[in-house]
Order: sequence, then C-alpha cells, then structure tokens
Amino acid sequence: MSAKFSLDDDSVVVIVGSGAGGGTLADELTRRGVNVVVLEAGKHYTQADFENDEWAMFHKISWLDKRISAGGWHHTETYPNLPAWIVKGVGGSTMHFSGLALRFLPHDFRTKSTYGTVDGANVLDWPISYEELAPYYDIAERKMGVAGTKASGLPEMPPNNHYKVIAAGAKKVGYTDISRPVASNTRPNDGRPACQQIGFCMQGCKISAKWSTLYSEIPRAIDTGRAELRPQSMVLKIEHDKSGKASGVLYADKDGRQHLQKARVVCVAGNSIESPRLLLNSASSLFPNGLANSSGQVGKNYMNHTTAAAVAIHKGPVYMYRGFDIAAVISDEAQLNPDRGFLGGYHLEGLALHLPFTAAFMKPGGWGREVSSALEQYDHMSCVWVCGEDMPQEENGISLHPTEKDQYGLPIPIVTKTDHTNDAAMRRHGLTQWRKVSEAVGATRVIDMPPYPASHNMGTNRMSANARDGVVNKWGQTHDIGNLFISDGSQFTSSSAANPTLTIVALAVRQAEYIAGAMQRREL
Amino acid sequence: MSTEHTPTPMRIVDKRITLSRRGFLKGGGMAALGVGTLSASTLMTPAREALAQEFKVLGAATGNTLLVLARDIFPHDRISDRYYLQALEPLETQAAADDKLKALLSEGVAALDRLAKLRFRKTYAALDKESERLSLLYVIEHGAFFQKVKGHLVTGFYDNKAVWPLFGYEGSSWEKGGYLNRGFDDIDWLDQA
Repeated sequence: MSAKFSLDDDSVVVIVGSGAGGGTLADELTRRGVNVVVLEAGKHYTQADFENDEWAMFHKISWLDKRISAGGWHHTETYPNLPAWIVKGVGGSTMHFSGLALRFLPHDFRTKSTYGTVDGANVLDWPISYEELAPYYDIAERKMGVAGTKASGLPEMPPNNHYKVIAAGAKKVGYTDISRPVASNTRPNDGRPACQQIGFCMQGCKISAKWSTLYSEIPRAIDTGRAELRPQSMVLKIEHDKSGKASGVLYADKDGRQHLQKARVVCVAGNSIESPRLLLNSASSLFPNGLANSSGQVGKNYMNHTTAAAVAIHKGPVYMYRGFDIAAVISDEAQLNPDRGFLGGYHLEGLALHLPFTAAFMKPGGWGREVSSALEQYDHMSCVWVCGEDMPQEENGISLHPTEKDQYGLPIPIVTKTDHTNDAAMRRHGLTQWRKVSEAVGATRVIDMPPYPASHNMGTNRMSANARDGVVNKWGQTHDIGNLFISDGSQFTSSSAANPTLTIVALAVRQAEYIAGAMQRREL
Repeated sequence: MSTEHTPTPMRIVDKRITLSRRGFLKGGGMAALGVGTLSASTLMTPAREALAQEFKVLGAATGNTLLVLARDIFPHDRISDRYYLQALEPLETQAAADDKLKALLSEGVAALDRLAKLRFRKTYAALDKESERLSLLYVIEHGAFFQKVKGHLVTGFYDNKAVWPLFGYEGSSWEKGGYLNRGFDDIDWLDQA
C-alpha cells in the first residue's frame, strides 16, 4: 500500500536515508499522520539477498563509493579508501549493525561541564540531558526489541560459548558490569522470529530476528499508506527558496536522471559522512559555505569512537562464530575514572569475527608464521572490540575534494581523522584489560589488532544550545533553517562509549514527535 | 543408574578436509584438474612441480616460485600445495588479461631469483632452508610484487571455503538452522580454566 507522491507535492516531509535515523523517522512520522518520501541512495535488498558469507556481503551491501581517509590515523595506510564501514541500501547500516544497544551515560551529555576544557578538543554539553532522553530510550528499546531490557520485556540472549569465555575471565579479574543488551528477538516479537544463533548478524540477519529498519520500520511506514520509498535515489543537493527555507531536494535515480522533489520539511539522515557532505554540496549564493553552516561547524568534529581490537587464543575450543555475534560486554570501564590517565571510558565488547575477516583484520599487512600460527587456532579464539569515547576535534571532519568527483559528479568526501592523545592512553588501557580478562581463563596468546574500519560515525552536524557552537538545536533542527533537520548520528555532540544506534533511534523518535507537533501547530 | 545430568561433550569440528573428490572437482577451476587428471609421467615428479604445470599464462617456472612464495607468506604445514594453487588461480586468470600484472609477477619472480643467486647461488624456490628464503622476503616485503601477492592471498587463501574445515570454521549456518541446537553454548572446559 505504498503511497505515491508527485514531485511537485510540497506538503511532504522528505527524508534522506532509510537507516536507523531515517527509517525510524519515517515510521514515527507516518503513524502520526504525516506524509513522507524516503530517498535512499542504495538498493532495496531483502533477506533472500543475505548470505552467510563475510566478503560476499561486504561487497554486496557496503558503501563502496570512493571516499578518502586522511590525517594522522592508521587508516590512511591500512584502509585508504574505506574510512568507514557503512551500508548503502534500504535499512542503511542497520543491516550491518552488530545489534548492540547500549545507552549513553548521564555525564555523556555534559562533557564540557564534566571534563572542563580539554586541550586540543572541542568538547561541548548537549542541549538535552539524559533524563530528557530516557523515556525515548525506553521507546527505542521496545521498538528494536532489545533483549534483557525492562522496556522491551524480552528475555536475555542466552549465553553462547564466546560469551561464557569472556564473562568467566571478566568475573575473575573483578568486573561486575557484564551484560548483552542486543536488539535481537529472544522470542517471536513484532512479527519477526526468535534468534536461531546463526551468527553472521553483521552480514544482514537472514531470518530478520535482529532488528533492522529494512524489515521493521520501513514496511510499517509503507503500510500506513503515507510513505513512499524511492531506493537508488542519491540526493545531490538541497534546494531553498528566496527566504532561505528548504524547498526540495534534487536527486539522481538509478539511471542517473535527475529529479527535484519538493518538500515542506527536509530531514537528512545519510550518516556522518554523507549528511555534512550534502549540506556542503548545497552551497548557494545565499549560503556560500553550505546550508546551515553559519557556525562553520558543518563537517567538523568527526568522531568514530576510540577503538582497538584483539584476539585471545585459549586452551580449549570456543567457536566464537557460533551464535549471536555480540558476546559478553564488559561495561565497568565505561564509568568515569580520571585516575586511569584518560577522560571518558570504554566498553570491552566481545564481537565474533569469522575466519575470513579474522585473517584480514588481525594483522593487516602481516604475514609469515606469526600470522598463520595464530589463524590455525581460529577455533580457540575469543575476540574483543574496544569501544571508547572519542574526543571531538575541530580539525577532524569531512571536506570536499577540490577536483576528484564521484559517479554522480559530486566532489569526493575526504574523511580526516587524527587521534587525540586521550585515545592512545585509552586504547592501551583497554587492550591491557582485555589481556588480563583472557589470561584469567588461561589464554596462552593475545594478539592486539589495529582498529579496523568503524561503522560508528558521529558529530559532523552537532547539537548545541547556541547557534555559534553547532549546527542543530535540541530537536535536531538546524539553527539556520527552520524546516531543515538532521536525523542521524551526525547530531551527536559527544560520542560516549556506547554504540550509537540506540541513541540515533531515541533521538529520531523524539524528533518525529516534535516535527509532527510543529506541523500541526503550523510552525513548520 | 545415576539421574545426575551429564553434560553433552562439546561438538568438535574435525580439522581435516573431508570433501570427496567429487566435491573437490565441483569446487571447480584450474586446481580441480590437478590431482584428478595427472598422467602417469607427472606422477613421477614432485607434487608441486606437477601443480606448477597449471600456470599456462605465467609459465611453470614462475608458477613453481609463486607456490613456494605463497606458502612462505601464509605457511600452514598441514595444508597441501593444491590449496595454495587454488589461492593463486585468480591471479593467473587476471594476468591473462592484464599485461601489467603479468609483468609485475614475472619480473617480481625474476628479481627474487636474482637476489637469491647473489646471496645463496640458487633460485629462491630451490632454497631448502626456510630461514634463507625468509631473509630474501624481508628484503622485498615492501615492494609492489610482494604486496600484490600477499594482498591477494588474504582473501585468495583464507576466503576459500575448501580450507575452512582445516581451521575449525564451519561457514554458512542458516540453512542448518543456525547453532541453536548445534552447540552454540556447549563449551565444556571453562571450569577447569
């Protein structure tokens, strides 16, 4: 029952992107009676397209348009054209999403007040508090079916071997905050089946047990008769009228034909690389530095979490790939404790890699018996991903290549990232703690891995109380243009140590409520 | 009879290749022709040299060197040369249509042999000592030739489903109902750890 809207229909809300932010917004707006057009750059895959095969799915669904890694980070060498591991397709990166749904901590919304001035970092308080967002976290946990949460009522995910090995080690070293809040059904829920411990959660869940907007929010929005989804529609530019209000978006369809969809409201949810890029590419004589950029903060403060990874080789088999991809998550180190020598905190997240990705990520560039002897113990491995707070730095960000263009004729985005000194200290601490956790259950060899491309991208259109400090207000509404909203992780003022998806969904629910109300009050 | 619950032992994956020859042939490609179709005379030659005959584009001598190199890059003593051949097969296929790649590989092998003769008076592939071969590879490891072969092998070798059992990795699981009833939680050694 898909709606069909004409290009000239200027009563619709146009949503750019269909992932955690855009997909949620479409669902929440349509259920409040708002008409939406969802423009998605990628194809519309279904579960029939999903394979239990890491590389096959990487090549099928990843955002592989040329992007450039720059700055001081490891990626310039190891992943020069893959700054981030995100998805191009209906459902966006919720297809690849590991499922881990952690909440931010209260202090994450008050980093400036908590940390004070941080040398070399651009820290700022959010214009909202944890308490204001808490009820929306409840809604998000219910929508996503987060296992083991009060809000969802779903039982915990049953521990798999990988969970048990990590949890046992964690307890032995004295950790107590060990959990696994994952957005996957532990019993049939929301029209989707229960998890069968297939693994390959990041390759697209074959049975749709793991939440994704692809088969949750998007079809629900379409079923209302108020949503039209247009896949393979790459938005090139946001247009505005003489008064400076957003009036529509120009996009290219799968054959490269360009269309202008008029709009009453435009919501941008293309992720923290593409969203600021779109604002910058939409520069006009009225807005020569790009849309909504009076602060100069569009594309700045790029954060992708301070990450590291490691494998541990155990005395007995683990078969970490059996079962849900996220294993035990240790959150004791997410708490503030400046005595450790760094600000912020991190989670130690058990995360299974299959053999092909383990071979690729364990020692990029490595060879010889150092590598092969470890891989021969693949079946004995456990694997961790350290996910820690990343400091916003103004010089980290998205800029446009001066000459090189992509297949749409748009300048290629350059993703510049240099670690803050805080990152190195945190990474070292996290890897040391993982070693202790692993050795506590007898691991004989622990191999530190360099960070591999993250799917977490935040901060490039950040929220701020004052228009001079950021791009959007507490509703994700741009300070400069009243009917232009940002609806993805680029709104984040700080990164926290938590995986961003749950917070993106909570913010989108809250934003939808605001937009629908403002439209009704004729403020929009 | 005791009513005490005895835990089921862990389901262990046999780290051997148990594919039938039919399955192996179905795996397809140049390597599938390998052992199956060897003539009586080729059976008299060492296995690697026989496999090297399959390099029609790059030639048997270059092929033989690449087989030795591939094993030195990712040495797995329990894995036979035919899987290194399978890993190299796409490079040979690409080289047939890509003169630059073909030159990179041929000249890379030639340069490696020159270096080997200078140091040890033998070609690289003829050096019996791993330590001697590795001493040469440390010289060339940052060069384009070595990087190309190594970069290719990361997927060429480890993304080959035929070798996965040797690592205790089971691959696709959804068609078997996942691991819900196949040992996702059957670890049995933790209380002794």
